[in-house]
Amino acid sequence: MQELSLNVLDIAQNSVRAGASLIEITVDEQPAADTLTITVRDDGCGMTPEQVRRVTDPFFTTRTTRRVGLGVPFLKMGAEMTGGSLSIESEPGRGTAVTAVFGLTHIDRMPLGDIAATVASLVQCNPDIDFTYTFRHGAGEFTADTREFRQVLDGVPLSEPSVVGFIGSFIHENTQEVLDTQAS
Amino acid sequence: MKSLAELQALRDKVKTNMGIRADDSGNTRVVVGMATCGIAAGARPVLQAFTEEVAKKNLQNVTIAQTGCIGICQYEPVVEVFEPGKEKVTYVKMTPEKASQIVQKHLINGQVVQEYTIGAVAGSKL
Repeated sequence: MQELSLNVLDIAQNSVRAGASLIEITVDEQPAADTLTITVRDDGCGMTPEQVRRVTDPFFTTRTTRRVGLGVPFLKMGAEMTGGSLSIESEPGRGTAVTAVFGLTHIDRMPLGDIAATVASLVQCNPDIDFTYTFRHGAGEFTADTREFRQVLDGVPLSEPSVVGFIGSFIHENTQEVLDTQAS
Repeated sequence: MKSLAELQALRDKVKTNMGIRADDSGNTRVVVGMATCGIAAGARPVLQAFTEEVAKKNLQNVTIAQTGCIGICQYEPVVEVFEPGKEKVTYVKMTPEKASQIVQKHLINGQVVQEYTIGAVAGSKL
């Protein structure tokens, strides 16, 4: 994976498979602390402490089709390479939160990449699940929330191609707005 | 700046077009493999290209969806096209450029793009 946003897409698939009805993605850039924190939180089926312990092992997976599961190990490696860390909080029946902390300016930190495309793809492929995407930079932030979009859409599916395009641009433009405000 | 008012306008436009569409059981399904292997190989831009082309060409009878890993990771990004009453077509080693060709030739003109199918790609390796 060449972009962190691809890791986010991959990790969020686990939340989809966990039967989540709400998936909350946060990208939090704090220049003062030199951290980039990515969180994927869901209200899906959760994991037992034993599963949480083993999920960073590439040779652990709950699938029966093959014996490897690389999503979480990739993210962990990416975070640790930059002096950061990965942590998982989970409770069976309640949900899971995966948090990865990266060194914001560390030379080995992968670029965030096209996070708008990641969120748009997730919404498109899972129109029955609600997603929030929060971007924070310093003190500035914005949130895109499919529950709000759904209300406006009044029955038009979130997976409608033109709606998917809107969500992508909505995230792009609001991210830029936060960055511009914080820079000035 | 994109606002919810803009989404409202979009909704009204879509609703006008949607009147013609009764149900989507007769839809062609384009399914993109989006497991770790597919994503790492470039599935997201492929999904995006399909979505943009379908929106641009205003195709009303196409559903785009995702699936997990189907076990042929070396051929990712993999895209399967399901047309009602026809054999499934599996396209492999996809790119956004191939995606727009497939929309035009396969989804619009009804011609399977043989050279991008798993049969052609896997066969040429023997």
